[in-house]
Amino acid sequence: MIDTIRSLGRWGLSSFERLGRGHLFLIRIVAGIPELFLRFSLVVHQLFSVGVLSVFLILISGLFVGMVLGLQGYNTLVDFGAEESLGVLVSLSLVRELGPVVSALLFAGRAGSALTAEIGLMKSTEQLSGMEMMAVDPIRRVIAPRFLAGLISMPLLAALFSAVGIFGGFLVGHGLLGVDDGAFWSQMQVKTDWYDDVLNGIIKSIVFGFVVTWIALFEGYDATPTSEGVGRATTRTVVHSAFAILGLDFVLTALMFGEE
Amino acid sequence: MMQSKSTEITVGMFVAAGIAALFILAMKVSNLAEFNDETGYQVTAEFENIGGLKVRSPVTMAGVRVGRVADINLSSETYNAVVTLNLYGNFDVIPTDTAASIYTAGLLGEQYIGLEAGAEEEFLQNGDVIDLTQPALVLEQVIGQFLFSKAEGDE
Repeated sequence: MIDTIRSLGRWGLSSFERLGRGHLFLIRIVAGIPELFLRFSLVVHQLFSVGVLSVFLILISGLFVGMVLGLQGYNTLVDFGAEESLGVLVSLSLVRELGPVVSALLFAGRAGSALTAEIGLMKSTEQLSGMEMMAVDPIRRVIAPRFLAGLISMPLLAALFSAVGIFGGFLVGHGLLGVDDGAFWSQMQVKTDWYDDVLNGIIKSIVFGFVVTWIALFEGYDATPTSEGVGRATTRTVVHSAFAILGLDFVLTALMFGEE
Repeated sequence: MMQSKSTEITVGMFVAAGIAALFILAMKVSNLAEFNDETGYQVTAEFENIGGLKVRSPVTMAGVRVGRVADINLSSETYNAVVTLNLYGNFDVIPTDTAASIYTAGLLGEQYIGLEAGAEEEFLQNGDVIDLTQPALVLEQVIGQFLFSKAEGDE
């Protein structure tokens, strides 16, 4: 009985300790960001591996999500004779929800897991402690550029996802199902607001980019330095990122679109 | 060196593509382009009942969209709804005795304001008030009146 309570207590203490370490880690990253602007080439290289390599996945997924939205939306709307509203349906669901959320989930799977594995392997092969020996702060040299790159890439990827998705919805709606293209675009423009819809979606994606990159980098930095530990950390990155994205999405949606 | 150059080029293309996507979302998908109309002017109209009219609902004249609803308020004196209309600058020859009515697009569609031009020689300016208004048709009231008159007719 006492043992159970003790193990519960130990679990609680260790989770709080981990949470604290995570936040201290974040503070050190943020403190290292300003000097990155002097050496921006570090960030550019990370932008390539974090952002550019995710573009293909984001474009293909966005296109198919948009096409499916077009098909499903048409089937529902045609019953009410409102198939001209297809553009509104596709654009609002992509710009407000699916664009930021799905691209963040894909980003966590594609870039987040790679970041964790990379940092975790650097730690287990003692590259990070080697840097510390040479008086190079690994957080400023290795972690901070990756963090900034994730923060910059995510909104760009989400915007690409939404734009390609709307194009996919248009392809299916106009090309395959014969919705009038003038009505498709004009209704979309009437109902989609730049500040309320598009800008809030971008804010969402910035928040997701922040959280996903933070989780990925911390899991890698905090991983047990064995091959098994790195593997577990990679899994945890994807799982925790997915929880964080979906949970935060609810909170942000309630804040942004709750009052009408 | 070659390696880093091609990396920089692809990153540049990525950032440019992302910004282009944002631009498309702004101009093609959302209504940002409309906000840039600096020459627009505002007029107000008082309605007994606005039904389901909302801020940003369209204002049309002969079916052509000439503006949007900018603001809806309740007058503390007459207890009528005071609607501020934002009219586009290129429609600046609307007579002062124009009538405004609230219509519904389709049977269940959204509500909008329709303007019918008057015959006055002077045109609406910024800050003017439209006096001739017709309130929204509330479907429940119409059905109620219809049933009432039907019951009366049977007796």
